[in-house]
Amino acid sequence: MPVDVGLATTSNQLITGGLVAYSLAFVGYAVRAAFGVRVPDADAAPTPARVLVGATSPAGSATAGAPTSVALSAGAPPSGSAEGTVLDGDAARARRGREAVGPRDPATRFGEVVGKVAVVLTVIGWVAHGAAIATRGLAVHRLPWGNMYEFTLALTFAAVAAFLGVLARHRRQSLGLLGVFVMIPVLLALGLAILVLYVAPAPLVPALHSYWLGIHVTAAIIATGVFTVATASTVMFLVADHYAAAVSRGRSVRFAAIARMMPDPGVLDRVAYRAYALAFPIWTFAVVAGAIWAQYAWGHYWQWDPKETWSFITWVIYAGYLHARATAGWRGRKAAYIALLGFATVLFNFFVVNIFITGMHSYAGV
Amino acid sequence: MTSTSRPDLQALEAEVDELGTRQRVRRPTLASALGWVRWAWYSLTSMRTALILLFLLALAAIPGSIIPQRGSANPSAVRDFVVRHPTLAPVLDHLGFFNVYGSPWFAAVYLLLFISLAGCVVPRARRHWEMLRAAPPATPRNLYRLPAHQKWTTELPPQQAVREAAVFLRTRRFRIAQHSSSVAAERGYLRETGNLLFHSALLVVLLGIAVTSGFGFTGTVLLKEHDSFADTQIAYDSFSPGRMVDVGALPPFTFRLDDFHASFVRSGPTRGAAAGYQAEVTYTARPGVRPKVTTVTVNHPLSVDGVNVYLTGHGYAPHFLVRDGSGRSFDETVPFLPRDGVFTSQGVVKLPDARPHQLGISGFFLPTAAADPFTGQPISVFPAPDNPAVVLGVFSGDLGLDSGVPQSVYTLDTSRMKLLAKGVLRPGQTLTLPGGQGSVTFLGFSQFAEFQLTKDPGKPIVLGAICAAIAGLLASLGIRRWRVWVRAEPDDTGRTVVEVGGLPRTDASGGFAEAFDRLVAALRTRIPPEPAGPAPFPERAGSPSLQVTSDQEG
Ligand code: HEM
Repeated sequence: MPVDVGLATTSNQLITGGLVAYSLAFVGYAVRAAFGVRVPDADAAPTPARVLVGATSPAGSATAGAPTSVALSAGAPPSGSAEGTVLDGDAARARRGREAVGPRDPATRFGEVVGKVAVVLTVIGWVAHGAAIATRGLAVHRLPWGNMYEFTLALTFAAVAAFLGVLARHRRQSLGLLGVFVMIPVLLALGLAILVLYVAPAPLVPALHSYWLGIHVTAAIIATGVFTVATASTVMFLVADHYAAAVSRGRSVRFAAIARMMPDPGVLDRVAYRAYALAFPIWTFAVVAGAIWAQYAWGHYWQWDPKETWSFITWVIYAGYLHARATAGWRGRKAAYIALLGFATVLFNFFVVNIFITGMHSYAGV
Repeated sequence: MTSTSRPDLQALEAEVDELGTRQRVRRPTLASALGWVRWAWYSLTSMRTALILLFLLALAAIPGSIIPQRGSANPSAVRDFVVRHPTLAPVLDHLGFFNVYGSPWFAAVYLLLFISLAGCVVPRARRHWEMLRAAPPATPRNLYRLPAHQKWTTELPPQQAVREAAVFLRTRRFRIAQHSSSVAAERGYLRETGNLLFHSALLVVLLGIAVTSGFGFTGTVLLKEHDSFADTQIAYDSFSPGRMVDVGALPPFTFRLDDFHASFVRSGPTRGAAAGYQAEVTYTARPGVRPKVTTVTVNHPLSVDGVNVYLTGHGYAPHFLVRDGSGRSFDETVPFLPRDGVFTSQGVVKLPDARPHQLGISGFFLPTAAADPFTGQPISVFPAPDNPAVVLGVFSGDLGLDSGVPQSVYTLDTSRMKLLAKGVLRPGQTLTLPGGQGSVTFLGFSQFAEFQLTKDPGKPIVLGAICAAIAGLLASLGIRRWRVWVRAEPDDTGRTVVEVGGLPRTDASGGFAEAFDRLVAALRTRIPPEPAGPAPFPERAGSPSLQVTSDQEG
């Protein structure tokens, strides 16, 4: 069937619209963070994050004496908090958080409104984004993930979906700043897709004609989207945890202004872990589905094609991350670094392997 | 306060710690062989070693994705690499870098990992089995020292409160042990079951792979239209059997390529890309049974007698009628291998029986021939046979077939031959050789298909194990495992004091506090707190540093 040029154009317009909405949302999240609004997730009952590690294995973190995240270990005396349970480690911050409950000053209220508008803009952008993908699919009469442009569209869509999911689950917590950290990669990737990776819509090469394509690639896209949000959360966790640790030792930190805006490190760590724990089985499934598809298409489950190899490396590293969380001395920051390494392999697989290393998966279309 | 509560909790943790994070065995100081063996074994099966081995595995996999590999989709890549890196290549070759995934060091990493895995899973399974049959551990004396704790007074008598708690916890799918004044409860055993299932399934995957590499085989064969294939070793163009395969007793099926059809995108930006190809084949599963007709396409292999037949490539086989100087004629249809996306195909025809001299033809087949706009040379501009032509050079002399050195059927050794004639032919045209040495007529072409045949007896094992692994993973990552104790005792004033303590087991996901709070909130509807009494207990007394409170989620 011929490509429907009209629909394809509509798709391009929709994605541009989505990009505009996302950009505005990004500014909104940043403004909100800049106005220092922390929704008082900690007003009545402070966050339990410290217990995460402290309670599950005091033996581990105490005896190993390892540099697990200080904010997460029971030993770190929280400073400046009356109950001794607030993790902020920064009295001013804690106070500001609590003040936000009471009568708010106009600036704070402004920040809050902007934050809400940013969420609405994200949703609008996401709907346009989804519509762009759908119209592209209708234009080419197939699942629209056959080349890197389409792939990037789908990945970023999944990432924003995962982000909105996190926001919905943690409505009461001030995760707005996560929006900044998610929107940066999303905007970069979309910009790259539109400016560099764009290819006009076209039918697929025969090797891609299989419903395993739908299964395998869809799973990989979802997992990557969720990994993206998890990574954003991990990066924030590292910043926040570093800051909390420094403050509790009375040391000053660079970029404190940004660090002080971070949500609670415990919450960030938890959001990240849950995302990894969701994405890992999906990734596992994606790799397996890919192997099954490879068997139909090429007669081998597994040929150590570069793409396969890097998917495997990603899988192994995230397995390492999950192990690290259960290994004394590796919890907290070290585990977080492993997770970042995992995402680095995801990016490598997508950008470097697709474009620079040829294998049987050479369908990047760039 | 902190200092007193610590050891208590540590003891509890040690008691419940049945994860892989086992106690580390001290490095033996004396030269006791057994001590060393034991130490080595414990080190190998520790979580930390598993972690390191996982990293090593990831690291070891990298070079194979960067350095070209033998036996990969593009075998000439290794040759090109060797040419480009004449000093480095022999070293890399010696270290197995052109065959990373078959190299001893790669095998060492994954075998160690799997030994570690087995050494880790077996004892854990045993402990888990015991744990599954045991009652939840007795109620600790000081519940307030647990990571989560709540306390209230009720008007229910202690016995009744304990009973209520027991019933309640059972409906919440806790396994319980009821004591005189308390209930011990635990749930989430399936988490460890899932974890063990996942890890054991990985071992089974390896087993399945081993079965395939021992008892499976893979081979390739190239068939022109109307050619037949019988499953014997010599019929393959290349064949690599597993170690345990009896090559004399391959499955006795045959098949024939009746027709091949390829179509290409004719317009748009991907003009010339393959749009689809299919092979019509007739196959006979066993001698004596009725032949069946089927279509093999890229994603739809033919499965016959435990062997899968995949369509992996295709091309053109030009058809020539060659006459030699003695007047003898040879009818040759020879596959020419595609060299590029427009199917510029290269091949040779060897006629060792031609007289007075052997004849050899080297040439190109161009499916859609056109003149190169710059050089005027004939080139192919589209992969479909819209305007087929061949570009030939005809040689006479000695083909060198008797020299004993094996020759590829796709290359012509012209060192002892001389060029007689060259030319471009359309179907039906003839190139006459000078001096009455004969002629070459290009009659037309047929198509050929390449098939890969694979027998993979480990497949059901691998597939089943992977399904089990994913199920186990979901259980392991999605289930919370925790213990709850409820105690109800009268205090000095005769009121019933209810105390609840909770202990997470592997609370990697966090959120234990919320789950605990939700549970206790529900329990309070069963064991209602006294209506506003005098000075109730503060709700979460106890050691501040171990305090669990909830955020507002859920
Ligand atoms: C082939 C190598 C291995 C892979 C791919 C792997 C993968 C995983 C994954 C994905 C998890 C997280 C899911 C879960 O909690 O069940 C996990 C957990 C775990 N693994 Fe492994 N593993 C491997 C080898 C090992 C070895 C050798 C050990 C023993 C030392 C081990 C011990 C554990 C333990 C104790 C957990 C539980 C952690 C927890 O519950 O939080 N694993 N593994």
